[in-house]
Amino acid sequence: MNASEPALVTRNLSMVYPNGDGSLHALHQVDLQVQPQEFVCVVGPSGCGKTTLLHLLAGLLTPSSGEVLFEGKPLRGPRRHIGFVFQQTSLMPWRSVVENISLPLELQGVAEDERRHRAMELIELVGLAGFENTHPHNLSGGMAQRVAIARALVHEPNILLLDEPFGALDALTRERMASELLRIWSARTVTVVMVTHSISEALLLSDRLLVLSERPGRVRLDLPVPLSRPRLLEMTYTPRFGELAQEVRAAIG
Amino acid sequence: MGTILFTIIFFPLVWEAISRWSGLPAFILPSPLEVWARFLRALADGSLLRHASVTLLEVLGGLAIGLSTATVLGYLLAKSRTLERLLAPYIVASQSIPVVAIAPLLVIWFGPGRLSKVLISSLIVFFPVLINTIVGVRSVPAELHDLMRSLRATRWQTFVKLEVPAALPVLLGGLKVGATLSVIGAVVGEFVGSEKGLGFLISLARGLYDTPLSYVVVFSLVAMALTLYGLVSLLEHRLLAWQGIENNR
Repeated sequence: MNASEPALVTRNLSMVYPNGDGSLHALHQVDLQVQPQEFVCVVGPSGCGKTTLLHLLAGLLTPSSGEVLFEGKPLRGPRRHIGFVFQQTSLMPWRSVVENISLPLELQGVAEDERRHRAMELIELVGLAGFENTHPHNLSGGMAQRVAIARALVHEPNILLLDEPFGALDALTRERMASELLRIWSARTVTVVMVTHSISEALLLSDRLLVLSERPGRVRLDLPVPLSRPRLLEMTYTPRFGELAQEVRAAIG
Repeated sequence: MGTILFTIIFFPLVWEAISRWSGLPAFILPSPLEVWARFLRALADGSLLRHASVTLLEVLGGLAIGLSTATVLGYLLAKSRTLERLLAPYIVASQSIPVVAIAPLLVIWFGPGRLSKVLISSLIVFFPVLINTIVGVRSVPAELHDLMRSLRATRWQTFVKLEVPAALPVLLGGLKVGATLSVIGAVVGEFVGSEKGLGFLISLARGLYDTPLSYVVVFSLVAMALTLYGLVSLLEHRLLAWQGIENNR
């Protein structure tokens, strides 16, 4: 992969779900590019096909037409270089924190010592030290989502896809998790595509913000976020931030 | 603990009182002490253990066959809607036939020996385990399947690391029911045609008006079923320790 090549490209990406009465047109000719190590957020009204887009990027769905290029090559099916964080935490309740995080390595046949070592590193990174042997039912929502993020990063993917990862959290935990995600992202060189329905969260986190229209979803606004890094929570209270939020809000319609 | 002790002492006391004041003869309602004496005699002459071991072997065989066929078929039915639509009517229809009604047929087909009893026992174990396997496998959350797919898990990995552990709680629930039913199955088979086993011993006792012996056998069957149930519970406790206290209390 040469440095200037986009990490992810979609060309004319459309998705139609066959349905009982007719069909559901979820996405319509979506063209987008994500550069390596870019943080891209996708926002849009509910039911606009954001999740569908993410599943297509992950190779979990096959598009009805168009294609996804992953590091220049057409994507056919899931790839190991992609990490996915699902809407629900999707942890395995019978596995402890460290066992959940090391699952991707286990599936790749990495040796036990190495698995544990790398999982512990991630536990440290997401701030869950001391909880490695806890089971998911004893974790709060925010902690469970940290585990899910650690699990998505443990096999060192080039791309991290997050599907409304903080949707089920309360507002305060959500703010804290957003800052945490920024910290994790700067510690790891990884490209991020994140779906969210929070405009301020998207502005605070991303280099670029995509607005999808109502179904069938297409890219309505592609906005480079002109805010300096490091991003701080206080930035959300500046007039500049407010103007940007207004612009995005208007594009959503 | 106190309540268990109370149950153990209370029941024989009431029984003793009823048998004493009713004045019924021993062949209708023997007292607990008479049953206890009969138990010691059956134990001493070896007849109880001999017949019990026959029944236990049949029960274990029935459990093994019923459990293995039901989990394999249950898994296939859970994974294939087509297969389920094809087979479900037969399976449900077969369950409307009382085991007592087909037991004589099985004895005719497979002889009065052990095999027919094992098969009857496995038949009765089959259904609850089958249903629970299907429910268990279907209850695996879709996101976890997506997760395994996104990590490019093989079919085998998905089976071992996701489907089996996820279905286990429901499956063990089915096995608990199956374990107690398996004893009934074996006894029904022995009732129909056999010269061995606890079911045979009951019909023998009935013929001889040896009612205390009938009681001894009934309690032996209860003990056997409770032990099996207890073993499955123990297994459940070991395997599902992750569920923590709140689910196992």
